[in-house]
Amino acid sequence: MAEHFVQPPHWEWYIVSYFFLAGLAGGSYTLATMLRLWGSPRDEGTARMAFLVAFPLVVVCGIFLTIDLGQPLRFWHMLINTTPGVGGVNFKYWSPISIGSWALLIFGVFSFVSFLETLGYLRPIGRVNEIIGSIVALFLASYTGVVLSVSNQPVWSDSYAIGGLFVASALSASAALLSWLSTYRSDAASAEPTEQRLETADGYFVVLELLMIAAFFMTLSTAGTIGRMLSGPWLILWILVLVSLIPPLLSLAGRRTTALSGIGSAVVVLVGVFLLRFVVIFGAQF
Amino acid sequence: MPEPVGFFTDTSICIGCKACEVACKEWNQLPGNTPKFLDSFDNTGQLDAENWRHVKFIDLVPEAPIVAGNGSAWLLMADICKHCTHASCMEVCPTDAIIKTEYNTIYIQQDACNGCRDCISACPYGAIGFNERTGTVGKCTMCYDRLQADMTPACAKACPTQSIQYGTLTELHQKADARLATLKAQGYEKAELYGRDDSVYGGLGAFFLLMDKPEVYGLPNAANAGLPSRNNFGGYVNAFIVAALGVFAGMVAFRKRSPGEPDAGAPATGGAR
Repeated sequence: MAEHFVQPPHWEWYIVSYFFLAGLAGGSYTLATMLRLWGSPRDEGTARMAFLVAFPLVVVCGIFLTIDLGQPLRFWHMLINTTPGVGGVNFKYWSPISIGSWALLIFGVFSFVSFLETLGYLRPIGRVNEIIGSIVALFLASYTGVVLSVSNQPVWSDSYAIGGLFVASALSASAALLSWLSTYRSDAASAEPTEQRLETADGYFVVLELLMIAAFFMTLSTAGTIGRMLSGPWLILWILVLVSLIPPLLSLAGRRTTALSGIGSAVVVLVGVFLLRFVVIFGAQF
Repeated sequence: MPEPVGFFTDTSICIGCKACEVACKEWNQLPGNTPKFLDSFDNTGQLDAENWRHVKFIDLVPEAPIVAGNGSAWLLMADICKHCTHASCMEVCPTDAIIKTEYNTIYIQQDACNGCRDCISACPYGAIGFNERTGTVGKCTMCYDRLQADMTPACAKACPTQSIQYGTLTELHQKADARLATLKAQGYEKAELYGRDDSVYGGLGAFFLLMDKPEVYGLPNAANAGLPSRNNFGGYVNAFIVAALGVFAGMVAFRKRSPGEPDAGAPATGGAR
């Protein structure tokens, strides 16, 4: 059994919210790019919605991350070295939180460009911009899990699977969000095939998420810290997380029911993904 | 460049007087937390931003009555930041606020730290805490200001039994080896030096003579003394594979068409309101 004597960093609501919204921003941007690459022309409205959503979300991400700092006005110290006589930029490739700070900034630029492009304030730059932006977006959605693993905190440092778990769940939440938002398109009547494609994709993402949940628990079991994740209220939350995976799985199996489709399904998935981050972050600390 | 310095804390002669805690707070102007009534003589609880030295009272009182020769009832240890050669806190710190000084000690620059607290989850000794007053993290500086004035750190100066000794690491290693040999000769087979060699975090600037296994004192043994970066490879590879599978799954899902639906490349028909 792994032995840890670490104190909790007290990463709480702001960080849970940041991890959740970073996943949604990155996931939405990636799905928009994928819809443009491989989707039907009917998906364009949803792709545009996704680009419009990604940038505001990433702005909120930056706000949450900043106000969680003990010294919010020093947020830029993440990027610039203020040690006297050293100076220059701070970039530590071996520290995920350092790379993540840059990823958030860079993704902010890409999502802002796509946002302006979608609103018509910029001429279309082309797919290359979106593809590179999506790579950064996927990093943003996943590095938050790697930050947790790259520590000595019990549970977090016992598993390599949190990054994968977070990116799979981020894609799932984003697919659910976009499927729901598609119902508000000006051409909502022709959006149904898009919704179906997103629901199918969500089903696949949820399968990946289930595999990652299994990998997470297997790694904790090996380290001897699984009991901590399944004790007290955390067990109930894990059950709720698993329940939230049911609508996309039913949809994938072709058993979509009225009660579990549309906004109902989206809300269940989004709440489940938020709870997943909550239980992973809080469960290891308290 | 000064010779590397450090602390040798000999737990076998600690009497739990907490003079070190008081001296540290006095010199470093730490107000301290509200005292807690804990399950021993400990009323500070742990190392954190207000407690840079903390005397641990490890209760080993056996169920059976204590008689001569059936072991010690308490282990005492004046715990502190270990000033690791390979420091986990310094490794993850994104602002580079945590630096190694000219004395080979680990120091947190208060004006550079922005309070992200990643170092707290990295420190395997729980030596760093968040300071609500300053919005930054804090821990032992080994009295950096005193070192610059060629003075002994406050805790070592105040320790009445010389359980805490300060000096150059070369000199302290010699003292520790001699003390261990003495204890072994007296029959204390469990006695061992912790952090004297490079088996934990490349060697510790603040190392200990322990009277039991490290884990009894709440210290990771050599097998468990890992740097956070050990999980970089697995974490990123896992995330990359899942992201790639996610993109593939998206491609499969998005290429599906309803009957009569146009393929990509045809003019777009919809839009966001």
